[in-house]
Amino acid sequence: MAPTKDKMGRPIVVVTGVGVVTSLGAGKADNWAKLTSGVSGIHAITRFPTDGLKTRIAGSVDFLGQPDCTAALSEQLADLAAEEAIAQSGIGKAGDFPGPLFLAVPPIEMEWPHRLAVGARSGSNDTVTYSDLLRASDQFPAYHDRFLFGSVADHIAEKFGTRGSPISLSTACASGASAIQLGVEAIRRGDTDAALCIGTDGSVNPEAVIRFSLLSALSTSNDNPQKAARPFSKNRDGFVMAEGAGALVLESYDAARARGATILGVVEGCGEKTDAFHRTRSSPDGKPIIACIRNALEDAGLTPDDIDYVNAHGTSTPENDKMEYLGCSTVFGERISKLPISSNKSMIGHTLSAAGAIEAVFTVLTLQNQRMPPTVNYDVPDPAIPLDVVPNTARDATLKHAISNSFGFGGQNVSLVVGVEPA
Amino acid sequence: MADGAREAWITGIGIVSCLGEGADAHWLKLSEAKPSADTTTFAPYIVHPLAPINFDLQIPKKGDQRQMENWQRIGTYAAGLALDSAGVKGKTEVLSHMDMIVAAGGGERDLSVDSTILSGMPRAANPAGFLNERLMSDLRPTLFLAQLSNLLAGNISIVHGVTSSSRTFMGEESAGLDAVRIALSRIGAGQSDIALVGGAHNGERPDLIMLYEFAGLMLKDKFAPVWERVPGGFALGSLGAFLVIEAREHAEARGAKALARLASVVSDRRRRQPGNVTASLEGLWDKVKDRVDGKRAAVISGATGANPATAEERAFLAAHGELAVRATGTYLGHGLEPQFPMNLALATVALQHGSLFPPCDSTGLEKPMSGPLAQVVVTGVGHWRGEGLALVEKAG
Repeated sequence: MAPTKDKMGRPIVVVTGVGVVTSLGAGKADNWAKLTSGVSGIHAITRFPTDGLKTRIAGSVDFLGQPDCTAALSEQLADLAAEEAIAQSGIGKAGDFPGPLFLAVPPIEMEWPHRLAVGARSGSNDTVTYSDLLRASDQFPAYHDRFLFGSVADHIAEKFGTRGSPISLSTACASGASAIQLGVEAIRRGDTDAALCIGTDGSVNPEAVIRFSLLSALSTSNDNPQKAARPFSKNRDGFVMAEGAGALVLESYDAARARGATILGVVEGCGEKTDAFHRTRSSPDGKPIIACIRNALEDAGLTPDDIDYVNAHGTSTPENDKMEYLGCSTVFGERISKLPISSNKSMIGHTLSAAGAIEAVFTVLTLQNQRMPPTVNYDVPDPAIPLDVVPNTARDATLKHAISNSFGFGGQNVSLVVGVEPA
Repeated sequence: MADGAREAWITGIGIVSCLGEGADAHWLKLSEAKPSADTTTFAPYIVHPLAPINFDLQIPKKGDQRQMENWQRIGTYAAGLALDSAGVKGKTEVLSHMDMIVAAGGGERDLSVDSTILSGMPRAANPAGFLNERLMSDLRPTLFLAQLSNLLAGNISIVHGVTSSSRTFMGEESAGLDAVRIALSRIGAGQSDIALVGGAHNGERPDLIMLYEFAGLMLKDKFAPVWERVPGGFALGSLGAFLVIEAREHAEARGAKALARLASVVSDRRRRQPGNVTASLEGLWDKVKDRVDGKRAAVISGATGANPATAEERAFLAAHGELAVRATGTYLGHGLEPQFPMNLALATVALQHGSLFPPCDSTGLEKPMSGPLAQVVVTGVGHWRGEGLALVEKAG
């Protein structure tokens, strides 16, 4: 029987259920089929008028109806992904998940339709200020719960019956990976045998799009949406905002085996390293990214040569892809030219707070299926960052260990090492 | 603390609020027992504004200050005070393996942009186009970064060089409780040696007053200490609080002294129905009570003043009447995310003095305590969700 402790004597943490929703569809079967066929989920925004916007495309999830707000859609997406993950794992009972919830969620804010509704009720005919809004605010009691930062996690905790105080967290675009890391740490400490880790994001709304647009972070390739996300290409021009959720049921190997659960994969290591260089840019020497990836490898007890595949952060911004290349080429050395590294974001866009979790789910599926999803739209390679991006077509390979990178504003860097079940 | 867990010390505190900055200013004001609040600026709503702070002292670059909104300045400032207090400011070797968990809200609005849109959009020929146009031209590009929850941590990394891990928890009061709980668990289990934990809140914001006034939770018209409020309500407070929490062995190796021992942090979440706050607190109390010496212990409560949560906490505390109780919200107002770290810091200050500050409550719940103080139980009951307790002890 394989050992149930890792090289450091800690409980091995396994994945026994995954769930995913993206602009490609709901559920892992549909997502995996499209992801490995090179289908793009990016499209023109129809949720709201885009008059005057520089970016008018997104990977929004539109098949769930018109959302009331980011908080509501993020909750709906998290709910769907969690439902699928828990059903697959077969853990616990309905409404009784035997462990804590770690939820990566966009910061919750009141939005324009709601602000305007309060303004209209204020009865002010001329200039509307917050004093006017305050006069009418007691007529909107439901807005209190809805626009609290903790509301999404609270509702998910209530529905699935997770234990203890649910954690709502943000490490910007690394949030989903941080949620998984918190779950891994809790299981390794012996605080719990299981954890529900979710990343969700449903924040394609006018102000959110404009905020990223004002930072010049978004692709403006509006005329050909499916070609807009071009990670690692020479003509990449920014990321494409997108929505979705990924959920993972993590368990100690002991607990999973004891109940006869199917092991989908192993979270072998987690690494993080904060970058203090700039609010939105990476340190030009790449040291924090390099340290992050090395920390993850060290935590997994592996060397760079053990890694068979990299699920890239690969946002398609000029800055990220260059820095990710610098980080990976430093860690993996000359091997980088032969090490497959692909970006799911070329098809699903950048799902922000959800990205780390969604891409961890896809990394688990990549290992399970021994098949690497491609980086699509790789038509003009960037000679400055020569990589095997699994260009345009999925490829089969023998894969034992993969690494998934997540980097975010505010100096956030997290890498996860995922492996197949120990023999 | 689990069996075999490593002992954790509080080796640094950094606090700012309406009472001023630092341990001494807070102790002085708490000892005077004369709370004050601003009843006019946001009338009828009452707030506890930040005391005047020279941000240059902890955030020397004006360029950094300009990239932040006030909640981030408050937090970055308090974090700097905590690093100074722990003797690690500027010590790159320590800061590069220091973990950080920040409890954060965020989302500060540009009030004038909001007002322009609220006023003009209903009358615009193309309302959606008007919204897009105004946001595209009126929003400062950097405002987004000043709104983002995780950018308080980001600013602390940039200004103070804390660069191991950086995690931001959201979720009102629970964020502060769980930030400290998880930092302590990681240290206890050997996953971390030293951590900077805390948060910041700017209570002088009409958009936040509105958020809580949707549920009618704000204290209005007349100030009263927390336990005396009828029908209840909280006054928002501007405050920042950070703690340096450290494995004892790590502190000893670098010659640092303990300000206090952080013995335990426990938290829970129950759907709020009558009696559930009490039940939650009873369950948490069962986890720490065997270690509490009633003769030398007191409670520092994070009660907000808003009911029914505060009424239930009051009943719980009255039922455990052997311990003297103090509600610091009377002085500080309510700062949500950083409230629990702030009360841990104030517990640490009281333990350093070896005594408790006087009562400020005419209802009789807060009783005088004259004897020596060796332990403080800190409570945190969220106004809407989340309950927690910590046990802080005199070290050595």
